Formats: sequence, C-alpha cells, structure tokens
Amino acid sequence: MDLATETRKQTRIVPRDDERLKTGGFIRELIRNRILYLMFVPIAVYFIIFAYIPMAGIVMAFKDFNYRSGIFGSPWNGFDNFHYFFVSGKALLVTRNTVIYNVIFLTCYTAFSITAAIFIAEIQKKWFKKMAQSMMFLPYFISWVTVTAFVYNFLNYEYGIVNKILDAFHLSAIDIYSTTWYWYFILPFLYVWKWVGYGSVLYLAAIVGIDQEIYEAATIDGANRLQRITRITIPLLKPTMIILILLGLGRIMRGEFDMFYQLIGNNGTLMDTTDIIDTLVFRSLQGSLDFGMASSVGFYQSVLTLAIILFANYLVRRYDKEQALF
Amino acid sequence: MKDMTARNSKLDRSPLFTTVTYLIVGIIAFVCLVPFIVLIAGSFSSESSVLKEGFWFWPRELSLDAYRAIFRYPHDILSGYRVSILLTVVGTSVSLFISTMTAYVLYRKEVKYRSALAFFLFFTTLFNGGLAPYYLWLSKNLHLQNTYSVLILGPMFNVLFILILRSFIRGSVPEPLVESAKIDGAGDLRIFLQMVLPLSKPALASIGVFTALAYWNDWWTALMFTNKDYLIPLQYLLYKMLSSINLSAAMSQHVTNLDQPKETFKLAMTVVATGPIIVLFPFVQKYFVSGITIGAVKG
Repeated sequence: MDLATETRKQTRIVPRDDERLKTGGFIRELIRNRILYLMFVPIAVYFIIFAYIPMAGIVMAFKDFNYRSGIFGSPWNGFDNFHYFFVSGKALLVTRNTVIYNVIFLTCYTAFSITAAIFIAEIQKKWFKKMAQSMMFLPYFISWVTVTAFVYNFLNYEYGIVNKILDAFHLSAIDIYSTTWYWYFILPFLYVWKWVGYGSVLYLAAIVGIDQEIYEAATIDGANRLQRITRITIPLLKPTMIILILLGLGRIMRGEFDMFYQLIGNNGTLMDTTDIIDTLVFRSLQGSLDFGMASSVGFYQSVLTLAIILFANYLVRRYDKEQALF
Repeated sequence: MKDMTARNSKLDRSPLFTTVTYLIVGIIAFVCLVPFIVLIAGSFSSESSVLKEGFWFWPRELSLDAYRAIFRYPHDILSGYRVSILLTVVGTSVSLFISTMTAYVLYRKEVKYRSALAFFLFFTTLFNGGLAPYYLWLSKNLHLQNTYSVLILGPMFNVLFILILRSFIRGSVPEPLVESAKIDGAGDLRIFLQMVLPLSKPALASIGVFTALAYWNDWWTALMFTNKDYLIPLQYLLYKMLSSINLSAAMSQHVTNLDQPKETFKLAMTVVATGPIIVLFPFVQKYFVSGITIGAVKG
C-alpha cells in the first residue's frame, strides 16, 4: 500500500521532471549548437522583417488606415473595407479572371511541356536536341518588360508583323489591343512560350528516370515507337503530372502579375477581361492609394490561397506522401 | 538509353515518325526563337521603312539610326547598367552565401529544431500579409524608399532555393565527413566555410543563375520603392521607355526634337537592355537545366 502510493507519487513527479529537463534541454541545445543557431540568425532576421511583420499587418484589412497612426494604430472598422470589393462585383470579376486564366495556363503549360519532352526524348541527333532546347530556354531568361516589346513588335496595329502578314494575304488588319477575346489566346500563348523550356526539362527528367528495361521488353514484344509513347511514357509520367498540377493549383489565386501588368497595363478596354487579383491590389495601391481596397483584397487572396494550398497538399499527400510539401 | 535507341531504330525504322518528331520539336523551338529575330531585325531597320512597310522578319532597309539615337545620350542607359550590375552582383553573392549557410544549418542533424526552423521559412511561401502592409511597412516604418538596400533586400531570398540547397548538401556531403571533421577539431563555421561551401559549388552555380536572373529582371521593386533617376535599374528604365505615355516624356529631351526614330528606338532599347542576358545565355544554360533537375528531385 505504502509502496503503491510511493510509486504513484513518483509517476506524478516524473512528467514534471521531464518538463524541467525539456526547458533545460532547450537552452542547453541552443548553447551546445550556438554557432549553428547563430548562423541561422541572418535569415531569421530577414524573414521576421520582410515577411512576418508585414504578415501581421494583414489586420490592416479590418482597419480604417491613416498614415499618422500607422497600420497597428489605426482604428478598427470591421468589414467596411470588404464592403465595396464585394458589393461592386469586383470580387467576383477578378476571382473569375484569375481562376480562368490560371486554369488555361496550367492546362496549356502541362500539355505543351509534356509534348515537347516526349518528342525531345525521341530525338537522336544530339546537335538538334541541344539546339532546340537552347531555343526553348531563351524566353525564360528575359523579363516580361522585354516581352512587351515583342508583343508590340507583333501586334501593333500600324506596324506589327501580324497585320503585315495579314496584309500580304490581302486580309484586313485586326486591332488586337482593343478586342478582348484575342487575349484569351494571346496570354496563354505567351505564358507557354515563356515556360515551355522550363517545363520540358522537368518532364524530360521524369522520362529519363523511367526504367529502360520496360522499353526494351516492349520493343521485344513488338511495340512500335508510338505505342511505346502512349502505353509506357505517358502512363508513367502521370504521377509527375498529377503532382505538378496539384502544386500548380495551389497557386491558382496568385497570377502571373508581371505578365498582366506589363502587357495590359491600364488598357481600359481590356480591363474587365484581364483584371486579376494581383493587378487590382497593385492598382489600388499605386494609383489611388486606396489602402482599404488593397488590404481587403490582399486579405481575401492570402486566406483563400492558404486554404487552397492546404487542400492541394492534402490531395498530394493522399496521392503520394513523399511528394507532399509538408 | 543510347544503346536502346540504336536497337529501336533498327527494329522499327519509321521515317514518318522521325519526321514528325523533328518537325514538332523544331516548330516549338522556332516559335520560341522568332520574336528575338523580329526584335533584332526591327532594331536594325530604318525608321522610314518601318513607317512605310511595318516590321518584318529581316530588316527591309538596314540602318543603325536607332542605336545611334540611344548612344547619343547614353547617360540613362549607362546608369541603368551600373545599377543593374551592382544589384545583381551584390545581391546574388550575399543571397547565395546566406542561403547556403541556412541550408547548412537545416542539414546538420545536431540541430534539434531544424524542422521547426525550416517551417519558419517555408510558412512565408504559404501565407503573406498582402502587398499593402508590405509596402507601408517598408516605406513608412523602415524608410527604405529610394535606397539601394530595398532594391537588394526586396528580392533577396527564395525559400525554395534554400530547401533545394539543403537537399543538395544532403546528397553531396556525407554525414561521416562532417563527423570526422568535428573529431579533428573543426568548428561548425569552419566545416561550413571549408567543406560544405566548396562541395556545394555545382548547386551554387545553378541557384546563382536563377538568383541573378531574378535581380536582373526585377523592375517591380524599383517601381514600388524608388523615384530617383540614379536608382533606376535597366529593366525599369526599359519599362518606362516602352510604356507609351512615358515614352514621349522620356524621349522628348533626346529624340523628338531631333526628329529621331521612334518605333525602332523602342526595339533597339530592348536589345540593349536584354543584350547581356543573351550574350551570357550559352554559358549559363547548363546550370539552368541542372537547377531545374536538382529542384525536381525533391522540391
């Protein structure tokens, strides 16, 4: 009986001891590896200043911001900032545009990257393969500012090469900068143009990783090259494809801001079909200094993005644990 | 693979399939290249031929007028080059050093809280406060407008690159090597500087290319945080010249009154601003490829 209470006491004491050990362990750990932790300090300071403090500033979405009081001193105003964003229909419009464009981008990017990768893998002349790949990488290296010049070069109404080609075929010139539907093709085209080199390397790496014995066995069984592509390569690329698409979906609320801002700018005619969340935030900040709008839309985007990433990651996790982000 | 493809071609020689393969890859590659050709052709065309016949795949009338117009008043461009080179060199070096150092800390097994530290960094890619607080915090509280600091610090780190570096170090610096160095009396910092850093060179080259590109192509930070001429990097200068409203303003002092080329000027300006990348491209593209693939192994 005595012994039993004794042991019970002890078991009750044990966790407390453990806790003390843990806190002691924490400080001891910091001291023991102090050099290593010190080496982490620069990046920690950077991310606290450039990411975590602005992150806390998200409360601005619920405040009536004024310069004098700053982000944290301004008075609260509940959901007032969100009111205009949602009531005006802007919320629906930019969300729709952002999602539509991103879905088109992701679909085209995936399709073209895989196609390019599959056919590059089939090419046997090394010089051709190298040269073609170099040409595909080139667009990745230039900025969207430069792309603006390209687009001007091609699509300009008076001097653009597209209208000159149409002219050569005796077709009438088209005014691309004031016709909205063209941009549903131009923007995805440019997106693919810029990213296909990058994407093809990703998928090519996956193709090279496929066990060659499978191909050899298929060849012996009489499969031709087309059959080997459709029956072996494509099915085996599926895991990579699914992971990359899911990860891409995680970014669906964020846009290729550089591209939209550079190419469309403040073109009023195209605004309704090409205004994405990022450009709306940027404009409310740059042009009109509408901090209420900018911060509430930013909040909306951040929260939605986090939710979507968590969901996408959950799907990746279910599909292939190894590939999950966290 | 080579062995296998050789056998394949014997087994099923299909000229049609081969032709289609070369055609598809060739077309994609060609489409990627064409805008560059048209750009360069346009920049070397005479203004009058462009006004008369528009742009074409080759210069209809060869002329250096646009370049002459640019280099008549080279001050803006030289200043742009100076700023861009400064930002790219300083930014990339500092970024690479600190990123690798961080990756090294996250790699060391002795660091008990390494996964918490990694998540501390990673979380910033999942969630952010949006542009408005970021802008206000940097400009109003930290007074970083119109400083080199903001241009260098703004785009400095990419968490993904740090994680890629970590997995690279994991793969190329075996644990026992670190152990034996420790037994021999090397400190943690020394192990990093003399062992891990040199062994990470291939990854540093790749990540360096991506980081340098991010700096060179960054116009956004300058647009957000600067309005002083001496701080304008090349890409932002190009942006200002291309956006048509500013074009007239920016050029009025140099160009319009001299009756100089306008259309070809834009293109020549683009060529001048993009030139260094195109020149360096052949040397760095292999690091570009290896960068994507080390990222893909475990990204």
